[in-house]
Amino acid sequence: MLSGILIFNQKGENLIFRAFRSDCRPRLADIFRIQVISNPQVRSPILTLGSTTFSHVKHENIYLVAVTKSNANAALVFEFLYRLVMLGKSYFGKLDEEAVKNNFVLIYELLDEILDFGYPQNTDPDTLKMYITTEGVKSAITNNPTDSSRITQQATGAISWRRSDIKYRKNEAFVDVIEDVNLLMSATGTVLRADVNGQIVMRAYLSGTPECKFGLNDRLLLDTGETSSNMNNPGGGNGLNTSKTTRAAAGSVTLEDCQFHQCVKLGRFDADRIISFVPPDGEFELMRYRATENVNLPFKVHPIVREIGTTKVEYSVAIKANYSSKLFATNVVIRIPTPLNTAKTTERTSQGRAKYEPEQNNIVWKIARFSGQSEYVLNAEATLTTMTHQKAWSRPPLSLSFSLLMFTSSGLLVRYLKVFEKNNYSSVKWVRYMTRAGSYEIRYVFYLSAGVMAFVANSNRFV
Amino acid sequence: MFIGIAPYPSFHGSRLRNTQGKVAELRQELSSGGKKDKNYSAKKIALKKIVANMTMSNNDMVALFPDVIGCMNLPSLEIKKMCFLFLVNYSRMKPEVALKALPILVDDMGDDNPLVRALALRTISYVHVREFVEATFQPVKRLMQDNDPYVRKTAAFCVAKLYEHDKKMVENSDLIDRLNRMLKDENPTVVSSVLASLVDIWGRSESISLTIDYVSASKLVSILADCSEWGQTYILEALMAYVPQDSAEALLLAERVAPRLSHSNSAVVLTSCRVILYLMNYIPGEKHITSLCKKLSPPLVTLLSKPPEVQYLALRNAILILQKRPEVLRNDIRVFFCNYNDPIYVKVTKLELMFMLTTKENIPIVLAELREYATEIDVHFVRKAVRAIGKLAIKIESAAKQCIETLLELVDAKIPYIVQEATVVIRNIFRKYPNQYESIISHVIRNIDDLDEPEAKAAVIWIIGQYADRIDNSDGLLQDYLATFHDETVEVQLALLTATVKLFIQRPTKGQKLVPQVLKWCTEETDDPDLRDRGYMYWRLLSTDPATAKQVVMGQKPPITAESEKLDPRTLEELCLNVGTLATVYLKPIHQVFRAARPRRLLPSPALQRSHIDDGTGNMLEYNPPSANMAAASTSNSGLATIITTGDPVTPMYNGPPPPLPVGPGTNPATTGPSNMNEAADAADAYFSGIGSQQMASLDLDGAGGGGAPQTQYVVTQNQQQGYQPQLAGGAATGELLLL
Repeated sequence: MLSGILIFNQKGENLIFRAFRSDCRPRLADIFRIQVISNPQVRSPILTLGSTTFSHVKHENIYLVAVTKSNANAALVFEFLYRLVMLGKSYFGKLDEEAVKNNFVLIYELLDEILDFGYPQNTDPDTLKMYITTEGVKSAITNNPTDSSRITQQATGAISWRRSDIKYRKNEAFVDVIEDVNLLMSATGTVLRADVNGQIVMRAYLSGTPECKFGLNDRLLLDTGETSSNMNNPGGGNGLNTSKTTRAAAGSVTLEDCQFHQCVKLGRFDADRIISFVPPDGEFELMRYRATENVNLPFKVHPIVREIGTTKVEYSVAIKANYSSKLFATNVVIRIPTPLNTAKTTERTSQGRAKYEPEQNNIVWKIARFSGQSEYVLNAEATLTTMTHQKAWSRPPLSLSFSLLMFTSSGLLVRYLKVFEKNNYSSVKWVRYMTRAGSYEIRYVFYLSAGVMAFVANSNRFV
Repeated sequence: MFIGIAPYPSFHGSRLRNTQGKVAELRQELSSGGKKDKNYSAKKIALKKIVANMTMSNNDMVALFPDVIGCMNLPSLEIKKMCFLFLVNYSRMKPEVALKALPILVDDMGDDNPLVRALALRTISYVHVREFVEATFQPVKRLMQDNDPYVRKTAAFCVAKLYEHDKKMVENSDLIDRLNRMLKDENPTVVSSVLASLVDIWGRSESISLTIDYVSASKLVSILADCSEWGQTYILEALMAYVPQDSAEALLLAERVAPRLSHSNSAVVLTSCRVILYLMNYIPGEKHITSLCKKLSPPLVTLLSKPPEVQYLALRNAILILQKRPEVLRNDIRVFFCNYNDPIYVKVTKLELMFMLTTKENIPIVLAELREYATEIDVHFVRKAVRAIGKLAIKIESAAKQCIETLLELVDAKIPYIVQEATVVIRNIFRKYPNQYESIISHVIRNIDDLDEPEAKAAVIWIIGQYADRIDNSDGLLQDYLATFHDETVEVQLALLTATVKLFIQRPTKGQKLVPQVLKWCTEETDDPDLRDRGYMYWRLLSTDPATAKQVVMGQKPPITAESEKLDPRTLEELCLNVGTLATVYLKPIHQVFRAARPRRLLPSPALQRSHIDDGTGNMLEYNPPSANMAAASTSNSGLATIITTGDPVTPMYNGPPPPLPVGPGTNPATTGPSNMNEAADAADAYFSGIGSQQMASLDLDGAGGGGAPQTQYVVTQNQQQGYQPQLAGGAATGELLLL
């Protein structure tokens, strides 16, 4: 498994070096610096040199690197590196060079705890915070054997993510359904790809050891007539199936796939699709899901881009909100790519503000509040400078970002959240829905009105 | 927190002075405080500074070793942890000083506090010093039976650590037996730790074998739900040591593992995939297999919403799994379309998957997508996209026309690297579909002046030679190239030689001036043995019997087949037993990349289903063994005959070993020439161009790598991974680089 964990800053200075096996020599830090950080050719997150493999992720302004020998479980390596980032955020708010430099000791202490001989151990922040603390929280208990036993039981127990002694005066649970809707629309206006990556984040402030049951308008659960053979085949990416469409219209959603937090009893879900769990205290991601059928696209965008000679590009972009007029989206940002040799732009909009951002090569059109069913238009013109070298412009797609409350692109709804606890307290539950733009991209046709790109043949042959 | 960070040392002299000063300063701080300082806060601060400086200022802190050991026994866990960290870091440099800490550690392993016992055990077993290793043996036996599960799991890993320090000593003790007995522990975390430890030991031992029977495997699956995500991964990895003796058992187990595919941790997901794919080898019947395959698809796609590194891994594994079980991922190709902001390594891998998943039905949307990619900026990616279009033309005959039209549109944009890439693939399309698309020759020739890469030049020269009678000024075009004959690479020179001979055969009047000149250059003015040999061969052929020469040179050749990068069955089998590991990123035989890795094979049992492996042999030719492994290659029996039929001139991705020259018509059943003569000619041609291609390919590695990542000595297939540098992967160079 892992031989060592290294952390570097962007300059390549080695901030943290922790070896877990004797084959992780200090010189490896130099090798990584030379072969990866100072080598612009490296494009892969994995580099194998001889028997040593460096796997790295970049986060903020640091590199987190795992050193492995032989053929390690790469999924585990990257999951661990991301877990380390998450722990850093949980402990310091942010994991960057400054946080690392301010918390050397704690990071080493954490690494010693969460990796043994390079094998990841318990990485639940709740449990870890019981005995590995920043200076703000004193860890007096760890010097007492009885308290220590409680920690060790917790760290090795079946519910390692939750302490047993949690008490709240008011028992509350907040559920956030957050959907990232991805769209790739072709230049001709056909949907190449539309799908939803959803996550359900829960903030549980519940006393004791509560058993929760969570219900969605999952089609497989609602449709009792379905046989188990159909269960093995959720969807199939075929949107033309009429029976599916009608059923979805009747208020259920087909989830292509779900992934659950550690606390969810997967056996239960597999057998009867019931989501049952003992939640960790505080905020956690209960599940992720994917839906590809009947995706409701909140916005329709219709761009027309016309090149006038070699000196000007004209844009006309229309955007229409496709959701109920009772709802409104906020922070709608449309990024309209401009050629690299744009000198200046002029924009006119029917709503919101548009601005040219030369460093991004974009016209950025912002609409702070976008009511349902309304439609807005931007007309813009980019004036180009003539250049001796025509730099390649890849014509990136037009992209959108937004957030829209009380709307799910997949149509997913939370039907219930039940809490069972031996003290039988009553609890209050809140649900909130939000749809955001994941990768919401619209391609466009580039109409050439006149003139053809000049091309200088680079032939150096003499005849 | 306020930790002083040493400024990064820039010059040696001042650094030395600085650190000496700092060491003295820290030493003083460490001994300060005295009785008044109840909480040892002064010492804590000093130790924190020392820890902070440990990595940042190299090894200067080692001078403080005795002082740090002096603090080790203070009654504060915080201080103890820092001292232990220091000890682990520096014990190898100063073993004699480290020894002073040994009694403290031994003492702590008997502490009342389970966290302290575990900490001491964990620390002592990190120290690679003989005395420490020896001193661990007795206590670890006791702690393996500790009443605290946290201590027991630490003890379980400790055995693997001891095994790393001293194999012999562990093998001669009863530690491994004791570890085995711990599998009965009632705590799931302990059991998973024991398994991780056992698998680790197995991986580094030749003498130890690991087997799990059905009852144990079944028990392990039942505790999966009670383990942490990492523990689940260790259990799943250990399950690979279970060899099903009965198909029903394998099926039951696979179905019980399947719920793990919904875990949010991708290590659990991919390792579950590995176990299920493995168990499928022991499960008969289409129905069960199809049902299991369907379960594998959605989780693999879901991993694409994870961070890019995990996406990459999922995609590489999808390429692998697809070869083994084509039923997987049969749903929608569009989930693999590239997002504009995907990192390049993700994009290129998605492109490969798209190529594999393209069918007659979905090719229109794929082509539209590839065309879009061809306008992006990243040259490497654009080239891959263009090449994919050409390869699709060869893979899917009914769509060839569409592909060609797309290619020609791209060529018209006159972007040099697109033109070059397109020229190469169009040449292959001509070879695949002779006498069908020659009408586009003029279109290709139009861009002849834009070609400056050897591979593209060789391609266009081949086209000129092959169709010399249809191209009006073929002699003029060749003459242009011949003017710089001596400056060209061997790849181009070989192409020129062949093309000139073809021109002469087809249009003797136009070629008769050129041929003697080229033959003279090739036979008298070159050092290259292949060029020279081929030159002499043509010379003798032409001077002996022009009619036969025509038959030999211009004779019919069987069309090439779809290029595909299928792995050979053995490698495929091995990689499928390693789903989710680093090797699946490289998609190469594991021992080539990780020489120390213990090989895994499908073990025989009454339940083992062999049929699917035999299916693969038909495709064996697709595997291109590295030229260094020629001996191994020639044993891949069924591949040889087929290479001769397909491996004639240069398929760009192919540079395998030359096929053996068939001695007579009887040896080569696959060739379908009209006469014996023709057949031999084909074989000979195939043979020579086979050598040529290899020669060129190896030269290409030197020439075309300009500026890019170092080229490899291995076949450059689509499965090639960028960052891998096999010239460092073996041999002495590596040893020097990495061994201290």
